Amino acid sequence: MHFSKDHEWVRFDGDVATVGISRHAADALGDVVFVETPDAGKTVSKGDSFAVVESVKAASDVYAPVSGEVIEGNAVLASAPETVNADPEGEGWFAKIKVSDTSTDGLMDRAAYDAFLATL
Amino acid sequence: MRYLPLTPDDRSAMLAAIGAKSIDDLFVDVPKAAHRDGFVDLPRVAGELEVERALGAMAAKNASAGSVPFFCGAGAYKHHVPATVDHVIQRSEFLTSYTPYQPEIAQGTLQYLYEFQTQVANLTGMPVANASLYDGSTAMAEGVLMATRVTRRNKAVISGGVHPHYVRATETVVHAVGVETQVLPAAVDAEADVIAQIGPDTACVVVQTPNVFGTATDVTKIAEAAHAAGALLIVVVTEAVSMGLLKSPGEMGADIVAAEGQSIGNALNYGGPYVGLFACREKLVRQMPGRLTGETVDADGKRGFVLTLSTREQHIRRDKATSNICTNSGLCTLAFTIHMSLLGETGLRKMALLNHEKALATRDALAAIPGVEVLTPRFFNEFAVRLPKPAAEVVEQLAQHRILAGVPYSRLAPAAGMDDVLLVAATEMTMDGDIKILASALAKVCA
Amino acid sequence: MSTMNTVGRPTTPNRVESKPATLTGGRGLLQDEHLIFESDGWGKTGVDLPEPKTDGSDLGDLVRRDPIGLPGLSEPETMRHYVRLSQKNHAIDLAIYPLGSCTMKHNPRLNEKMARLPGFADIHPLQPTSTVQGALELMDTLAHWLKTLTGMPAVALSPKAGAHGELCGLMAIRAAHEASGQHERRRKVLVPTSAHGTNPATAAFVGYTVVEVAQTGDGRVDVADLAAKLGDDVAAIMVTNPNTCGLFERDILEISRLTHEAGAYFYCDGANFNAIVGRVRPGDLGVDAMHINLHKTFSTPHGGGGPGAGPVVLSEALAPFAPAPWVVHDADGYRLIEREEDEAAQAFGRLCAFQGQMGMYTRALSYMMSHGSDGLRQVAEDAVLNANYIKARLSDLMSPAFPEGPCMHEALFDDEWLKGTEVTTLDFAKAMIDEGFHPMTMYFPLVVHGAMLIEPTETESKQELDRFIHAMRALAEAAKAGDVDRFKGAPFHAPMKRLDETRAARSPVLRWTAPEGSNIAAE
Repeated sequence: MHFSKDHEWVRFDGDVATVGISRHAADALGDVVFVETPDAGKTVSKGDSFAVVESVKAASDVYAPVSGEVIEGNAVLASAPETVNADPEGEGWFAKIKVSDTSTDGLMDRAAYDAFLATL
Repeated sequence: MRYLPLTPDDRSAMLAAIGAKSIDDLFVDVPKAAHRDGFVDLPRVAGELEVERALGAMAAKNASAGSVPFFCGAGAYKHHVPATVDHVIQRSEFLTSYTPYQPEIAQGTLQYLYEFQTQVANLTGMPVANASLYDGSTAMAEGVLMATRVTRRNKAVISGGVHPHYVRATETVVHAVGVETQVLPAAVDAEADVIAQIGPDTACVVVQTPNVFGTATDVTKIAEAAHAAGALLIVVVTEAVSMGLLKSPGEMGADIVAAEGQSIGNALNYGGPYVGLFACREKLVRQMPGRLTGETVDADGKRGFVLTLSTREQHIRRDKATSNICTNSGLCTLAFTIHMSLLGETGLRKMALLNHEKALATRDALAAIPGVEVLTPRFFNEFAVRLPKPAAEVVEQLAQHRILAGVPYSRLAPAAGMDDVLLVAATEMTMDGDIKILASALAKVCA
Repeated sequence: MSTMNTVGRPTTPNRVESKPATLTGGRGLLQDEHLIFESDGWGKTGVDLPEPKTDGSDLGDLVRRDPIGLPGLSEPETMRHYVRLSQKNHAIDLAIYPLGSCTMKHNPRLNEKMARLPGFADIHPLQPTSTVQGALELMDTLAHWLKTLTGMPAVALSPKAGAHGELCGLMAIRAAHEASGQHERRRKVLVPTSAHGTNPATAAFVGYTVVEVAQTGDGRVDVADLAAKLGDDVAAIMVTNPNTCGLFERDILEISRLTHEAGAYFYCDGANFNAIVGRVRPGDLGVDAMHINLHKTFSTPHGGGGPGAGPVVLSEALAPFAPAPWVVHDADGYRLIEREEDEAAQAFGRLCAFQGQMGMYTRALSYMMSHGSDGLRQVAEDAVLNANYIKARLSDLMSPAFPEGPCMHEALFDDEWLKGTEVTTLDFAKAMIDEGFHPMTMYFPLVVHGAMLIEPTETESKQELDRFIHAMRALAEAAKAGDVDRFKGAPFHAPMKRLDETRAARSPVLRWTAPEGSNIAAE
């Protein structure tokens, strides 16, 4: 699993990248009340806003950590947004994106991300 | 000064507690060049009596609706407001409280907003309504913007029956964000003309019923055409009482309703404050502008109400907010809610029928005048007539005789080529004698 | 992802132990009041109307056949329902309401009386202007007072609230840049980080890119950062003065000089005009546009969140772009110019259907005339004195965000002093409710951690201020003494305990619906 500075994570399985927001981000947001995930077929570019997450106290755009075509948005989040708080780096994933490039340039591994969080 | 409680002794004691020598010490951050020493050039303090005299003299120069035969409408209507309404809205707890940011000590406001939202939803026939916008025209503008967000399309097709001032207020705002508008030519009975203009880039069609000429239209077919093309239907209503008699916008397939609520509980006030009603389909609610009140429970499990979905709003979303709106029409929504609670369904339907009755009687009286032609085929409480001479002149002449005969269409849209069209409204306030006076005076002026 | 404003707003309350509940839900004078939809009023009405002579059958299929879903109540029931609701609200008429940046001051009832004169309340927006000369005179007189107090040459009266005024000002600025052919190039608006949320929301709404300007350690605009960001791609700056930290922007003349040098306009958020009215004219500060919240500085009632009014004063450069309608006064009396093509051909359009908030114009003018130029100056002085008094009396126990120098009309504290107490700003605010006070503004401005923004206004007596200070000191001492329970479950004595906002937002219930199986005829 790799992380962006904007607190998104990505995990590659072949050419499919699963993306979500980190536990740190989910905790900072507080109780998540709404998630808007992208529809299948949508093309996203790294750095684009591709989803929206709202808690009672904040609303945030979520930026794509990779480029590619969305093959699935996590439908569970529409009816159970609390999944993002319960399991942000597992069941609370946002989307699966088919990518042509699986490089992790510009992303951090867990250790680097933890070190980055320590500087905030 | 009677509104300022501090005495000179208080001020001295407080300056001493602060450690300041004079009040000027507290203004040290103001640059010398910008600081004024003397009083600005305006009159000095005045007692209640003086203010009452000065403002009373201004008020006395105006012909109030209740003092003359009165037939003006076109987006603002003279209705009777029960005495209870104005008494309750002047209670300190409603008048002098603020936005209910602390729900534990603002349940009064929150609960009436929740009642208001339900009343508006049911009145418009829509699943959800917000806690109000500034007025009907700004509600229409917000509706168009919302439709562009929902459809990700960029063009609004607007019927020629929509109030020209609503169109102008909408265009002013939506053009600024690059939304295109196509406004059809003014027409008394042609709401369905919008259908032919719907294209793949159409975010919404906007129709008004009853329209500015008073024509009531079943917009079901327009809704179907809009939906078939992936566009939304926005229905504008400027006379809220009409929904007590006519099919609701929701029943006819509207996706968004933008209406003026002044008619229920609120005075004419020379144009404001009014209350914008805004309702939509349930699935669009997260794109809806303005405040929303929602039901929840407190720590004891007791039902209560809070402002909710506020992440759509400017204080959290800042530059990504759905709208920059920060306020609603609080006290006007309360007036609406109280009046509606007094009326109930029984009273509202009756009031609506009385409006219709008076308008029919007025129509009959005017139709009998040689040279006067009634243009509106089906109407609620307002209709258009063609006069044998420019309507603005006629209205001015009748005003000299203390009759307010209606609104010349040319006042709203001088370039429409409808200088001879007069918009005439009647309500439950209209007396049979007023209708006779209008008809006889109009007959003289038109002769 | 980007997060905004993530600190301290309430989420899910903790369930707390409390005294035994009453058996009915009523509590002394507080009645447990149901919704009107839960009353038995589905066939009642509280209005006696004559029987209509028509049934609407001439309208055929246009007539609404299905039940609408609107209960009615008799007059006594209606009165009681809303009076019961009213008793669950805090109000200025009850006690100090120190919401920073909201300016909750006394609302004189003379203003209400004047606004209800039939000559103002019962006139139609489209009556012939010959029949409303007094209304136009009132608008013209209000305009004169606003222009004189601000030192600005023009005013657009019609904006319906502060945020609507911001929209008006930025659209005038945009129109001016369009007229000079610079709009395509000038696409940025500079906004300080401490700005109210409406500022960036409005700038974005009008199509501008918002660029934040840093703040200095003493709570003011970082002029060096502003200078670095100004350029020929900037349309305007939006600065609140006095700012949202309750401080006067000392470098305001330099800020306006730099802005104008860069060819940009200076939009001033006038939300805090209350602090300087009669002593400082924004026109002398180089302001090009400023909205005035009549419901703040000029005491029109807040009414539970509106209606407001936000007239915008404009400089010579922007005046030609003011929206329709406007009043002109000539030998023939007063005229209303309703279409932008009528006279000065550059008006940017129209912001609402009619003339704006006439009812608020009347109230504001009644207030201004009552005070006069001398009283209004005293308003600013007393507002600033009261805020500084609170700051001075609380600074030994609480931590002022900007201890150096005086504040203006509001005193800002951070939550540094609560460190180690387990009590948050939110908890502290909720405990204030138990003591009978409305909390101050919390967590705003965003640039101050755990912000507590206290604005007493000039209409509080020294005695009421002392009562408030006494309560604040007692609470602060309790927090520091480890009396955490007093805060964590608060409020204990309000009509409601803390409400579950998470639940409200996760599955929104935004309207009453008939319970299943009931025969109530709602949708």
